[in-house]
Amino acid sequence: MKYLSEFRDGELVQKLLAEIRAVVTRPWAMMEVCGGQTHSIIRNGIDQLLPPEIELIHGPGCPVCVTPLETIDRALAIAAIPNVIFCSFGDMLRVPGSEKDLFTVKSAGGDVRIVYSPLDALKIARDNPTREVVFFGIGFETTAPANAMAVVQAKKQGIDNFSMLVSHVLVPPAIEALMRSPSNRVQAFLAAGHVCSVMGYWQYEPLAGKYHVPIVVTGFEPLDVLAGIHRIVLQLEQGRAQVENAYSRAVQREGNLPAQRVLSEVFEICDRQWRGIGMIPQSGWQLNADYRSFDGAARFNVENVHANESTLCHSGEVLQGLIKPNQCPAFGKACTPQKPLGATMVSSEGACAAYYNYGRFVPVESIQ
Amino acid sequence: MTNSIDISGWVCPMPLRDYPQIVLGHGGGGKLSGDLVEHLFLPAFHNDALASLADGAALTLAGSRLAFSTDSYVVRPLFFPGGSIADLAVNGTVNDLAMLGARPLYLSVGMIIEEGLPIDVLGALVDRMAAAARQAGVQIVTGDTKVVDKGHGDGIYINTSGIGIIPDGVHIAPQNARPGDAVLVSGTLGDHGMAIMSVREGLEFETQIVSDSAPLNGMVEAMLAVTREIHVLRDPTRGGLASSLNEIARSARVGIALEDQWLPIRPEVAAACELLGMDAVYVANEGKLIAIVPPEHADALLETMRQHPYGKDAALIGHVVADHPGRVVSKTAIGGTRVISMQIGEQLPRIC
Repeated sequence: MKYLSEFRDGELVQKLLAEIRAVVTRPWAMMEVCGGQTHSIIRNGIDQLLPPEIELIHGPGCPVCVTPLETIDRALAIAAIPNVIFCSFGDMLRVPGSEKDLFTVKSAGGDVRIVYSPLDALKIARDNPTREVVFFGIGFETTAPANAMAVVQAKKQGIDNFSMLVSHVLVPPAIEALMRSPSNRVQAFLAAGHVCSVMGYWQYEPLAGKYHVPIVVTGFEPLDVLAGIHRIVLQLEQGRAQVENAYSRAVQREGNLPAQRVLSEVFEICDRQWRGIGMIPQSGWQLNADYRSFDGAARFNVENVHANESTLCHSGEVLQGLIKPNQCPAFGKACTPQKPLGATMVSSEGACAAYYNYGRFVPVESIQ
Repeated sequence: MTNSIDISGWVCPMPLRDYPQIVLGHGGGGKLSGDLVEHLFLPAFHNDALASLADGAALTLAGSRLAFSTDSYVVRPLFFPGGSIADLAVNGTVNDLAMLGARPLYLSVGMIIEEGLPIDVLGALVDRMAAAARQAGVQIVTGDTKVVDKGHGDGIYINTSGIGIIPDGVHIAPQNARPGDAVLVSGTLGDHGMAIMSVREGLEFETQIVSDSAPLNGMVEAMLAVTREIHVLRDPTRGGLASSLNEIARSARVGIALEDQWLPIRPEVAAACELLGMDAVYVANEGKLIAIVPPEHADALLETMRQHPYGKDAALIGHVVADHPGRVVSKTAIGGTRVISMQIGEQLPRIC
């Protein structure tokens, strides 16, 4: 547990909180982009400890939540094909498509398997040459290198019964879309440390300048999150808008170059639909021409599967910071993690699920 | 270039309807399992003994108070570090009886065997069942064997039922938790679930995680010798500590307040949980109990638990409170609070 307990030290947390209180003079709204950070904030009760001036807006950075409904429906269609072994990260199994989820497909006889790495799926393909093995390749820049590597290996080793349903999304275009929104309230961003460990943070520098918005690369443990918030508050109070790195033990400006090489070998930029958000141009990765033969959507002819999202919940307003999850009329009633109405209730990293699981529908005073 | 987007019109997906079929989560011990019990089994079978929703039924029969419980065991792999399906099958039912304060006496065993299971595997399992029964001091007095076609089972499924005698003056039930009571656990959390997960998924750690499968009736007997005034006993198996405490909080209409830092969790289990994005309070145990006891007996009971071979890491983890009835709240290491909710379905490894 070394390298973890040190970053959860109660005394150091109190010290950092005091420093934040010392510099903050007025209200500021900042967004943590990544669902992992939202999870950590709520799991540790960080938001309850911050001075009231600081408002955290929970961003769209949960890969499970933002994977479009259409892609989920395509996954469900592929997983139901008799000769297919459909491999996925565990938490995608509960994500509702238009009518069902992967658990339902599995209970109806589909061969759906949880894997911990796309390379595990590749091994399943090697071991089952008469079956078609499809890996659900979703996520931000963080999960993309391993997925790219699996496709490279499949091509190199001639594992033709392997393919990937790809729905990768990218952080910088999402930040830009938020900043351009007429109803935007976000004044600063905590950038996701693990995304930056792959991609570096130089890409954020033009955004900070163009929109005059501070962006601080931030980790996930309580002290990491507070260090990021501290540096954001300093910038806001001083009127600066720069990219800073508060997660230097994992992140360098240029990122992980070998990982980036694999990414550019396999993927190309494309427009991408975000669940609960809509189309953001140039915000995704898809397999490029050299690797398109490994595209599961094309191989199984599900590209004609389309889906419309309904208007039943308020996750768009949650993602903008216009309301907190527990202010949505459906929160905790019609909409629970067991029966999510919206993407943000789906994954444990979604803002609504984090609020629900850690009990934020109970007034905070009453649980102390 | 990114176009300007009006996010005021952002919308959300369609609702997912109730599951039309059984999914794995219905057997996971969390909220989906609870729904089956509440909406299907309770209305269909309703009676007073069932309604207490304890680990087993407490029945009065010919002047004696009997404890009666049953459990089925489906686990892959059949053998794992620290135990096997055979140990679980004996210890699990023994523990369900012990959680009523009963002295377990007799077990039945039903086996559903998949065609093709090697006889020597069955032999090894039966040997281990016999050894586990001897250790727990119970006799296996009746049984049944069925064989199903190849491909229709994971080698073997085992059901055990058991009966025991509840001593006079012992009234242990989830409804009995009272504000002020101390919440004790008999040892480290999550060992069994993580041991299974690490072999099943081929995860390797520097230290091997070993299942805690053990019979707890000896420890319970020693605790009842200290005082019969134990309010609640529970073995937090599927769904872990979180699900058991939520069930208790709900049936007794009390709140439970824990301290994250008091929870005994092995470093290797904590590390594995971090890696998989799981929380040890939701991970299964097979040789641990939760005891909810009047505060004046807490120290003596803790001492007794710690002297027992299966209770040396016993700890006070929190208290029963009058606030937030039906909810379990924990103070985090950095001084915030979090609600520990009931687990929904299966706990799933997170993507990143």
